[in-house]
Amino acid sequence: MSEARAAGRLARALDSDLFYSFRRSPVAVFSAAMALLLVLGAVLAPLIAPHDPFDLVSLNLMDSLLPPAFLDGGEWTFPLGTDNQGRDMLSGIMYGARISLTVGVSAVLFAVIVGTVLGLLAGYAGEAIDALLMRIADVQLTFPAILIALLVDGVIRAAVPRDVHEQIEVYVLIFAIGISRWPQFARTVRGSTLVERNKDYVMAARVIGLSSVRIMLSHILPNVIGPVLVIFTLTLGLAILDEATLSFLGVGLPPTQPSLGTLIRIGNDFLFSGEWWVTIFPGLALVAMVLSINLLGDWLRDALNPRLR
Amino acid sequence: MADETVLEAAGVSRVFDVSSPWLQRTLAREPHRLLRAVDDVSFTIPRGTTLALVGESGCGKSTIARMSVGLLAPSAGDILFEGQPLSAARAQPGLRRRMNMIFQDPYASLNPRWRVRDIVAEPIRAFAMAKSRAEIIERVGALLARVGLSAQDGEKYPHEFSGGQRQRVSIARALSSDPDFLVCDEPTSALDVSVQAQILNLMKDLQRRYGLTYLFISHNLAVVRHMADRLGVMYLGRIVELGPAEEIFRAPRHPYTRLLLDAIPDLAMIGRARAQVGGEVPSPIDPPPGCTFHPRCPLANARCRAEKPAVTLIGASQVACHAVAEGRTEP
Repeated sequence: MSEARAAGRLARALDSDLFYSFRRSPVAVFSAAMALLLVLGAVLAPLIAPHDPFDLVSLNLMDSLLPPAFLDGGEWTFPLGTDNQGRDMLSGIMYGARISLTVGVSAVLFAVIVGTVLGLLAGYAGEAIDALLMRIADVQLTFPAILIALLVDGVIRAAVPRDVHEQIEVYVLIFAIGISRWPQFARTVRGSTLVERNKDYVMAARVIGLSSVRIMLSHILPNVIGPVLVIFTLTLGLAILDEATLSFLGVGLPPTQPSLGTLIRIGNDFLFSGEWWVTIFPGLALVAMVLSINLLGDWLRDALNPRLR
Repeated sequence: MADETVLEAAGVSRVFDVSSPWLQRTLAREPHRLLRAVDDVSFTIPRGTTLALVGESGCGKSTIARMSVGLLAPSAGDILFEGQPLSAARAQPGLRRRMNMIFQDPYASLNPRWRVRDIVAEPIRAFAMAKSRAEIIERVGALLARVGLSAQDGEKYPHEFSGGQRQRVSIARALSSDPDFLVCDEPTSALDVSVQAQILNLMKDLQRRYGLTYLFISHNLAVVRHMADRLGVMYLGRIVELGPAEEIFRAPRHPYTRLLLDAIPDLAMIGRARAQVGGEVPSPIDPPPGCTFHPRCPLANARCRAEKPAVTLIGASQVACHAVAEGRTEP
């Protein structure tokens, strides 16, 4: 029964307008393929990466700063060369992308939850709560998100001891980036909520005396979540960049847990001494990841917009 | 039992604050601006009957509809549901269950993300009126059949239905909590004429079968004539004439009612001149003094411009008009 239902659901999904417009868009197919490749590489890194960059025993300083395999002096053991500690760049990028994606996705999920809850509340309650929440969002939007993230990160860095901080850095980054990106979700959800809450189906729910929380969650939320999906995708690219920026500036993840941003920063020191691969390859991976996610987001926005059909 | 009053409104008013935002108001030293949507309205609806309220757009019909089910609180006056204040009645699930509402726009009144089955089942779930999932499905199927849809239609989403079918779903939802009293806010004005008749007949049929009491809001006099036992004619927030529908259609007293009835399209009237209701409805933010209808009234005199008319009982109807009370019928 449930299998048949799942099969039916899959058949419906393959038959849907969204999938049709997906197949019709070469950009969407290409960027989805690229994103899938990068995500698979990141998720399966412990299984398929040629080396383990965190295994200090296997590192050999003799292997440091080897060029990529296709250049003179390169070895096929290290297809994209090595960094200054003899870590394989390809493996480093795969593990780095893993961390970048984890932080990016978690941060945006955090922003979505905070933003959606506050947006629903502001839109449905109206009046003072609305004014208060939206002024906070407005003030925050006047600062660049990266500045807010830097500020939050800096405050937490100052508040907790150094050794503790290194352990919780991933969570700090997720919180800092997430909190810097909530206002956009809140404003979008609030705007849609203002429209939905005056519709008659909400009145019908109020007539039978449903509680506001129940009306918000079961009636309004399903009708305002569409645009959130689009912003989710677009913000995901930005959040990954935020994390890379923070790590590049040295306030993100430490070299022991290198994300793509950390790798780029490490490589930056060697850029002018000729070892360009240490920074260029992680940079390309970052660009490919953010670009494919953004292109997918753009496509999703157009595909879900009935006026552009 | 026959004369029992289901809903009673006593001197009900509702004022909306339509002032500019606080900062602008303070800086520009603007006063508060108040919109008097409903002004001192009284009526009763006996069990099993239909009271229809008619009037032009913006006369306060929908505000009364919303106050009657507790979506809005009156600014002054009392609304009693079976003798209890409405807010107290709505605090008890057992009484709240017995009132429901049918909305004007069948495209906005059904949640587009919900299956029809869940939409109709919502009141049943909210009032815990069924013991099991199977019982809910059974009741929903019966309700859908009762309003002329099939039980299988419950699997569909609202967008798969036409306007008339959606309104049937809306009626099924309103009936699912076993109500006695339904507020119908222009339930047919968004529908095609041919479908309107079907929905109205369905509503009459349901009323006969379950002894329902309707508060029926409309601007369509033909619809009202079909549905109403008693009729209230509203103008700018006040009921200017209230009485048995038959009597008002046969012998309208208030000049506004007469103009409205004259404006009904009628094949026998083709080619003949008809009295027009001149001018626009004045703003309810700044209503005219005295009788609010005087700027458009053919019978208005100095007293009408200065003094609010009180309600006079003439025959079985209540009329609020100086000219009618004084017996002036010609300008």
